[in-house]
Amino acid sequence: MTEKTSNIIFDSIKLFVLIFLLIITLYPFLNLLAISFNEAQDTAKGGITLFPRVFSTASYRTLFRLPELFTGFVNSVLRTVIGSVTQVFSCAMIAYVLSRKSFPLRKPLSLLWIFTMYVSGGLIPYYFLMRSLGLLNNFHIYWIPGLTSAFTIIVIRTYIIGLPESLIEAAKVEGAGEFRIFMQIILPLAIPVLATMALFAAVDHWNSWVDTWLFNPKKKELTTLQYELMKKLSSTNSSKAGKLGAAAKRGSRSGGTTPKSIRAAMTMIAAVPIMLVYPFLQKYFVTGLTLGGVKE
Amino acid sequence: MGKGKTATLFKELGRNKTLLLMIMPFVIHLIIFRYVPIWGWIMAFQDYNPLKGVSGSEFVGLKHFKALFSEPLFLKVIRNTLAISTIKLVLGTSTSLFLAILLNETRNKYFKSITQTITSLPHFISWVVTASLVREMLSTDGGMVNEFLMFIKVIDKPILWLGVQKYFWWLMGWTNVWKEIGWGAIIYLAAMTGIDSQLYEAAKIDGASRIQRIIHVTIPGIKATFLILLIMNIGYMLNAGYEQMFLLKSGLTQDVAQVFELFAIEWGLNKLRYSFAAASGIFASVVSIILITVTNKISHKLGETALF
Repeated sequence: MTEKTSNIIFDSIKLFVLIFLLIITLYPFLNLLAISFNEAQDTAKGGITLFPRVFSTASYRTLFRLPELFTGFVNSVLRTVIGSVTQVFSCAMIAYVLSRKSFPLRKPLSLLWIFTMYVSGGLIPYYFLMRSLGLLNNFHIYWIPGLTSAFTIIVIRTYIIGLPESLIEAAKVEGAGEFRIFMQIILPLAIPVLATMALFAAVDHWNSWVDTWLFNPKKKELTTLQYELMKKLSSTNSSKAGKLGAAAKRGSRSGGTTPKSIRAAMTMIAAVPIMLVYPFLQKYFVTGLTLGGVKE
Repeated sequence: MGKGKTATLFKELGRNKTLLLMIMPFVIHLIIFRYVPIWGWIMAFQDYNPLKGVSGSEFVGLKHFKALFSEPLFLKVIRNTLAISTIKLVLGTSTSLFLAILLNETRNKYFKSITQTITSLPHFISWVVTASLVREMLSTDGGMVNEFLMFIKVIDKPILWLGVQKYFWWLMGWTNVWKEIGWGAIIYLAAMTGIDSQLYEAAKIDGASRIQRIIHVTIPGIKATFLILLIMNIGYMLNAGYEQMFLLKSGLTQDVAQVFELFAIEWGLNKLRYSFAAASGIFASVVSIILITVTNKISHKLGETALF
């Protein structure tokens, strides 16, 4: 076999594998999207692939009328915004202090944070702590415990150390205090890394459901979107349709939905915000990942 | 610490008052939210009574650890956790590496970046959404997998994939590949771009084919990255990813799906055996530390890269 033919074989296999991968990644999303926009009774006949056969927005209209979905959506957005902004700001402040060579407790405090990356108390003591702090059935549990994160601090600190020291010296000569230097010089300069870390935090907040499940299950007004979707998945799994079934029945009188079509629409609502943001920010994600990898 | 040293420390802290003030609230936060729970480990050595708290409960030594190790369910849970972790680790690492190699051999910039973007997309989707997609794809009612297998006549009636025990571990492995393959490939790909292109040129002159160049240049070039990631992942062997198991298990697969973290949640929060659950938490931490130290040592001994 000549070099040329072996290259052609190699390239064809490669192309085939990569295209296969693209299809199996994209198809589930597109298929569920089509189901969510297809008329429910028609979907039940089967055969929906990439496009809706009988277009209908009934599933979405039914969903948006569900009060728990609206509450869940608002809470998810709120925790995502509050959680990521506060986490990134706090971690930046900590990172700044830990990057200052003149600060004598720099090393021991850094170690105090790094240690928590490897050892944790486990769920049960954590649960009791949350209870005694009054954070059970409380919105604040969504953002307060995550206020500082060792990983985020390390990444931001690495970035700040890379900034020219002379900037800080110059500001000092001008008479600026440490807090002012942090707010007016360091924060604006660190925007690329802060944006990356904010995105990581936002993805975590948007996708999280376990904390709602463990700590806030009793308060309907504290529910989150992913938690509602989880409930819907497990309720149809145990074939107890519950509330969703009732909603579907209500819907079927006014346009036709089934648990399947509702589930499809709900999955889309839970997935789409991240999917829309992602392609634009992929560049930052990769930078953030490699940044984190370098000095961990 | 000598007297003089302490004095200097205080003097320096005094000079950095603002910095101290800036970080103090967060140090307190850290101690409360990360260190107080570690202190809660004590309850594993007590018959913990929530009314009396950690300070008031009676010490019972290793009673709960003994109970844990003689619990038949515990052994099953360990088996499930290790099996799922191993499958996920081996499948996940090898497929990501494979994808990275294929992307590295792709000269077309656009195709490369589109493939990279799309395959890493599922990493950012929650497990709840992923589970919903997986259930839809594997459903017996028009799911893509069954339809396709029936179309190519491998099976003649739909299989209830998520309801069969013997498929469960492998399904967890492959759904995890689906979600993480692209994200996992990014770091290998970054390591591959760091390989000196002269090495490829030299190999080419020596008459190495493309496959030989991959084996003799690309793979040795990323060995360090590969080993470090491997050591880190082995440290997390007892974290099989409970969200995935919780969302994809059913009554039929309960027996093979029960993993360590779910076990701790169930025994601690539903069955209210707090001390018992805390003991299992300590067990997990200790095993992780041992695993990561041992693999690190082995890698060091073999003269390879080590994490620390």
